[in-house]
Amino acid sequence: MTQPVRIAQLSCGPEYSGIQHEIDEAAREVGGEIFFPDVALKDIRRDFDKFGLDVRSPDLKLAIARAIALVEGRVEADAVFIATCFRCAEAAIVRNELRRYINEHSRLPVVSYSFTERTTSGTLLTRMEALTTIARRRALLARETQKGLTLGLDSGSATTKAVVMRDNKIIGTGWQPTTEVLKSANEVIAHALAEAGVTRDEIQAVGTTGYGRFLVGKEINADLIQEELTVNSKGAVYLAGRQHGPATVIDIGGMDNKAISVMDGIPGVFTMGGICAGASGRFLEMTAKRLGVEITELGPLSMKGMGGRVPMNSYCIVFGTQSLVNALAAGSTREDVAAAACHSVAEQVYEQQLQEVDIKEPVIMVGGTSLIEGLVFAMGELLQTKIVVPPYSQYIGAVGSALLASGFIKDD
Amino acid sequence: MVKVFIYPATSLILSDMVARFGHTPLSSAIAIRERIQTAGLESPPLQITPEEPKKGLKWAAVEVPAGVRGRMSLYGPMIEAAEAAIIINDADLAFGCMGCARTNELIKFLVHQKDIPKLELNYPKNEDEGVKFVAAIKRFLTGLGAAK
Repeated sequence: MTQPVRIAQLSCGPEYSGIQHEIDEAAREVGGEIFFPDVALKDIRRDFDKFGLDVRSPDLKLAIARAIALVEGRVEADAVFIATCFRCAEAAIVRNELRRYINEHSRLPVVSYSFTERTTSGTLLTRMEALTTIARRRALLARETQKGLTLGLDSGSATTKAVVMRDNKIIGTGWQPTTEVLKSANEVIAHALAEAGVTRDEIQAVGTTGYGRFLVGKEINADLIQEELTVNSKGAVYLAGRQHGPATVIDIGGMDNKAISVMDGIPGVFTMGGICAGASGRFLEMTAKRLGVEITELGPLSMKGMGGRVPMNSYCIVFGTQSLVNALAAGSTREDVAAAACHSVAEQVYEQQLQEVDIKEPVIMVGGTSLIEGLVFAMGELLQTKIVVPPYSQYIGAVGSALLASGFIKDD
Repeated sequence: MVKVFIYPATSLILSDMVARFGHTPLSSAIAIRERIQTAGLESPPLQITPEEPKKGLKWAAVEVPAGVRGRMSLYGPMIEAAEAAIIINDADLAFGCMGCARTNELIKFLVHQKDIPKLELNYPKNEDEGVKFVAAIKRFLTGLGAAK
């Protein structure tokens, strides 16, 4: 039996929020095991002083002592999960500093999360899976070239994508909005296979990722079923030709956003989520619909506008749409409104998520929204850097899956 | 016999003193161990569920962190039932410790608001202070008995 991945929990408040069992359950579902690094009372007093962050909550002092015990190797772990109460400013500071401290002083993958009493194991599952994947599959994630003939499928919340790769080249693609998960998957696979001119039987290995990865993976007998945090990171640095050294991957998706700090293609720190839909690709879809253009036309339209002329910065998709409607009613041009919508989404992601990872260049944007050039431009302005959008960026999860799946080819 | 709320509510020593003087301690009385292997310093002995933070809405609004509200679902009723209170400030972790500073602030505030006999002391830093500390608690608890 495989040993569980030992995930050290540094936290404040999960038990009294009634969600500790949800954390345990999420870890268990992906072959992980939550544990609390054993420290002595005297360690807490000493290490808290040493760390130098003068917080008042004793459980945060305990979290600091535990982080130091992990970094100094007094307690062994495979990964770290940092969790504190949502809306606690003191805890947010500690969470951020511990995440940074562990990332800088160890090779342990870290994910941080702020919870409420409504947090469920389902919410935490992908994050926990990414932690266990990084701990278990470092060798697989180190793969830099695709070999043989493989198929990658990304069953996303908004769209389903497939690619066929042969000897490090993409030879077929398929894409469509996700409706029925299996039907959409079968159709994009058929399209990618037809474009590649190969049959399903010729495919040597298959990988799946995205929300529907388990369902589709089981259906198509995938060799690799892996969450999108590690797969997209790998796909991003592979397609951008930045497999060595640091990088930051941003994926603004239909349902959630991912910001991943990567070193040599392996995620170190990542956040996943998005408080509200005002910071998602869904808001841009709604904007395009309201402006009467295809989503593919929103990018060029926004590049002709001046976003600063239209006030729009809501976390909430409903309030954001109100701003949009009000601006149009007040006579704003479609171009300005399109630019404002792109800036608004970029700003929400910047404020809510990018503060949780260390931005290191190159910054790579992937996913379908990376094709909306107004959004990429706005993010570049906010981060004061030139954003890299690799070719096939909308197929990032499928490419990552096809690349990693080649590690499962029998004679490889 | 008087119901005495103690802070830190986890202090076994304080809880024991209250009981020895014939009163009822209102506390969670969890032993703070030399080695901490649980999620928090005062991991709850009860089965706290996501319902507890909702019950805690009686004492703290929804924008207050869930951990504070979950704790208040436990300590709020104790404070309401309290007929006297002992508050020890800046206590050593080993004396009794409650993990969340924001909850601690709220608990102390609510106790201060109540019109009940209260004793508020700083945790002793040396033997002399320790003797005076115990004597003050003894006097307070004895006086409560007389008042009854």
